[in-house]
Amino acid sequence: MLPGRSWTDRRIENILGNLLRAGVFLSALVVSIGGVIYLLRYGHSPVDFRVFRGEPADLRDVRGIIGDTMALQGRGIIQLGLLLLIATPVCRVAFSIFGFAQERDRMYVVFTVIVFSILLYSLLGSA
Amino acid sequence: MTVLEFSLLVCACSLIAGLVGALTGLGGGVVLVPVLSLFFKVDIRYAIGASLVSVIATSSGAAAAYVKEGFSNIRIGMFLEIATTLGALLGATLATHVSTHAIAMVFGVVLLFSAYFARKPRSLAERAVPPDPLATRLRLNGSFPDVDGERTYNVQHVPAGWSLMFGAGALSGLLGIGSGAMKVVAMDQAMRIPFKVSTTTSNFMIGVTAAASAGVYLSRGYIDPGLVMPVMLGVLAGSLLGARILVRMHTRWLRLGFAMVIALLAIEMLYNGLSGRI
Repeated sequence: MLPGRSWTDRRIENILGNLLRAGVFLSALVVSIGGVIYLLRYGHSPVDFRVFRGEPADLRDVRGIIGDTMALQGRGIIQLGLLLLIATPVCRVAFSIFGFAQERDRMYVVFTVIVFSILLYSLLGSA
Repeated sequence: MTVLEFSLLVCACSLIAGLVGALTGLGGGVVLVPVLSLFFKVDIRYAIGASLVSVIATSSGAAAAYVKEGFSNIRIGMFLEIATTLGALLGATLATHVSTHAIAMVFGVVLLFSAYFARKPRSLAERAVPPDPLATRLRLNGSFPDVDGERTYNVQHVPAGWSLMFGAGALSGLLGIGSGAMKVVAMDQAMRIPFKVSTTTSNFMIGVTAAASAGVYLSRGYIDPGLVMPVMLGVLAGSLLGARILVRMHTRWLRLGFAMVIALLAIEMLYNGLSGRI
C-alpha cells in the first residue's frame, strides 16, 4: 500500500467531515427548493401554529413524502430534505463501521455496529 | 402574521440558536423551544418537533468542521454513543411509567450545580494527569489544536463517564430535550476531557441521538414543513458560523457562555417541572 493512503483516524475524520458536509448541503438545497415553492403558494396566507392538529398522513411517512415530492408539492419537498438530514448521521455511523474495519480495529467495529443496530431499531421500530 | 414574515423571523432566531448550539455543544433546541413556544406561541409539540430538527442540523453542520479540524474525538464519541443510545431506549420505555415533572426538577437542580462547576477553567496542575489504563486500552486519549498550539489530553474515570452518558441518554428519552448539557458535563467534569473537545464531541454525538427519535416524532405528526424550512436553513447557517468562531475563541469565554446557557436551561426545567408542562 502507498504511504499516506493507509487508513488512519485522520483519514476517517476527513471523509466523515466531507460526508456530513455533503449531507447537510444536499438537504439544505432540497429544503430551499421546497421552501420557494411553498412560499410562492402560501407566503401571504396567515400563519397559525398555536393549535396542534398533527400533520396530514402524507407528510408523516417516507412513501407519502416521496409521493408529494413527485407532485412537486412544496411541503412534501421540504419533508424530503428533512429525511435527507435525518439520514446524514445514520450514514455517518454506517461509514464509521467501514472505516474502523479498514483500520483493523475490531473493538471499535463492534462498538459502532452496536450503535448502528440500536439506531436502526429505534428508527424502524417507530415507523 | 403572514407565512413569509413568520418564516423570516423564525429563520433569524434559528440562526442564533444554531450559533449558540454549535458553540456550547448543546444543539439548537435550548434556544429554540422557549422562543417558539413563548414568543411565537407555537404549540409545544410543534416546537419540540422543530427543536429535534434543529439538533440534527446543528450537529451535522458544525461537526463537519469540528471533525476535520481535529476537535471532536470520534472514538470517545462512538464509545459513549453506546451508552446514550441504550439510555435513550430505556428512557423512552420508562416515559409512560414515571413522573416526568419530578425528573425535570431534579435535572434542573443538577444543571444549576453543573453551571457552577463548569464556569471556571482547570489549572495547569489539574490538567497534567497520567494516562488511565482503561482509557488507554479503549484508545480514548488524543490531542486537539488549542489556541496556542496542539494539546494532548488523557481521559479519566471512564466507568463514571459512561454511566453519566447512559443517564444523559435516558433523560433525552424521557424529556425529549436537554441531554446535550449532561453530555458536556459528563465529559468535562467526570472524564476530565478538555472543554473544547467535550463540547465538539457532544455536538458530534447529539445528531445520532436525535436522529434515532426523529422517526417517532415524524410519524406522530409533530414535524411541520412550515417550521422545518426556516428552522433548518437558519440553524445550519448559524452552526457553520459557530464552528468558525469556536476555533479562535478562548476556553474561558466558552465556559462562561456555557455556564450561563445551562443555568437558563436549569430555570426552564424547574419552571416546566413546577408548572407541569413537561
